[in-house]
Amino acid sequence: MLEIRELTVSYGEKLVLDRFSLTVPAEGVTALAGPSGCGKTTLLRTLTGLERPSSGAFTGLEPSEAVLLFQENRLFPWRTAEQHITDVLPRPDRETARRWLAAAGLEGEEGTYPAALSGGMARRLALVRALVLAEVRRGWVLLDEPFAGVDPARTESLMEAVYGLGLPVLLCAHEAHTVALATRRVDLDGPPLRVIAEPRA
Amino acid sequence: MPILFWLLVWECAALCAGHRSLSTAWTAWRQTGDPSGLLTCLWEGQAFILPAPPRVAQELLELVGTADFWRTAATSLCRVFAGAAAGVGLGTVLAALTAVSRWARLLFAPAVKVVRAAPVASFIILVLLWADRNWVPAIIAALMVLPVVWGNVVQGVDSTDAQLLELSRAYGFPRRRTLTLVYVPSVLPYFAAACRTSLGLAWKAGVAAEVLCLPKLAIGTQVSNAKTYLETPALFAWTLTVLFLSFALEGVLGRLLGRLERGKGGKDHAGDP
Repeated sequence: MLEIRELTVSYGEKLVLDRFSLTVPAEGVTALAGPSGCGKTTLLRTLTGLERPSSGAFTGLEPSEAVLLFQENRLFPWRTAEQHITDVLPRPDRETARRWLAAAGLEGEEGTYPAALSGGMARRLALVRALVLAEVRRGWVLLDEPFAGVDPARTESLMEAVYGLGLPVLLCAHEAHTVALATRRVDLDGPPLRVIAEPRA
Repeated sequence: MPILFWLLVWECAALCAGHRSLSTAWTAWRQTGDPSGLLTCLWEGQAFILPAPPRVAQELLELVGTADFWRTAATSLCRVFAGAAAGVGLGTVLAALTAVSRWARLLFAPAVKVVRAAPVASFIILVLLWADRNWVPAIIAALMVLPVVWGNVVQGVDSTDAQLLELSRAYGFPRRRTLTLVYVPSVLPYFAAACRTSLGLAWKAGVAAEVLCLPKLAIGTQVSNAKTYLETPALFAWTLTVLFLSFALEGVLGRLLGRLERGKGGKDHAGDP
C-alpha cells in the first residue's frame, strides 16, 4: 500500500502540492486522471526523489526501486532503439531487447536512431525502456502520460505488457480510453493538487 | 575553380607589380644608360614586390629537390603537431577539471582570458627566456590552442542536456556510463570544432615563434632568411609549404574526427520520420 501523507511541494512561490494525501493499493494499475498542469507530474517526481518535499512523507514506495517514465521521451540522439534497451539492463542482452521492442511494435527498428522514429514510435521506445528497467528493479512503476501520441490499438497491447510485469503502477493520463484500461482511477484537480474522487474501480 | 580564380587574381596583381617595376627599371636605365641591367632589374623588381605564380612554383620546385627542405618541413610539422596535441590534451583535462569543480572554473577562467588576449609575440619572447629555442614554437602552439579547446569543451559540458542527465541519475546509470552516454557525445561536436580551429592557429603561432626564435631547422627560420635577403619568392614558397602541410593535417584530422562523430552518433543519424 502506498500512503502519501500531507505532502507539500512548491516551485518558489507556486504551491503545487499542498498537504496532499492519498492511499493507493500496491497492485494493478492506478490511473491518476486530471487536467494538464494540475500537479500530477510533480507528484510522480516527488515519489521518485527528484523533487524534495518541504513537508509530509510517503510510505510503501522505495524511490530507489521505483522507475519513472518521464513526460518527455528523453531518448539519446546517438543511441539506437536496441541500445536504449540494453543500456538499462545489468548486462547487454540483445534477445531481451528485441523481445521488448517487438512488444512495442518496434520490430525491425533495432538499429534506428530516435531522429528517424515518428512521435508515437519514440514514445513507445521510451515506455519500453522504463518497463525493462522496472522488470529489473521490481519496484513501483510511475508512468507520466505514457501513451501520448500512441494510437488506441497500440495503447491496449502496451497496457497488456504493463499488466504483464505484475508490478504496482501509477499512471498519469487525461485520455478517457487510457484511464478506462486501468484497474482503478483517482480523479484529481489543481494546482495545488487535490483529490476530487477517491480510488474506484 | 576557386583556386584557378585566385591564381588568376595573383597573376594579375603580379602583372601590375611588373608594370611598376618596368617604370622603375626604365627610369634607372635612362639615368645610368646601362641597357643590360634593364631585364634583370625588371625580373627581380617584379619578383621582389609580388612574384608571379610561375616564379613561386619554380622556387618551390627548386626547394623540394633539396634534402634540407624535407628535413625543415618535417621538423616544423612535428613541432606544430606536438604543440597542438599537447594543447588539445591539456585543454581537455583542464576543461574536465572545470566541469567538476567550481574552484577550478574560478581559477582557470581569468587565466585563459589573459592567454587569449595577450599578444603572441610577448609570449614567444617570454618563453624564449625560459625554454630551449627548439621547444619554443611547440610551447607557443600549445599555449594558443589550449584556451580554444578549454573554452569549447567547457561550453559543451555546460550545454549538455539537463533532462538526459536527470534521466541517467533516475535510471541509476553509473558515473562512467553517464560519461560515455551523455557527456562524451554532447561534448564531441564542440571538441571537434575546437580541434579544427586549433590546427590553423597552431601553424600561425608555431611559425611566428620560429621566425622570432630561429631554430636551426624550421620553416620560420627560412621565412626570416627570406625577409633578410629580400627573397620574396622564397617567402611565398615556404608559405605555400605551410599551407600544404596545414591542409594535409586538417584533412587527416577531419577524417578522424568525422569517424569519431559518426561512431558516437552525430548529424548522420538525423533523419525525418
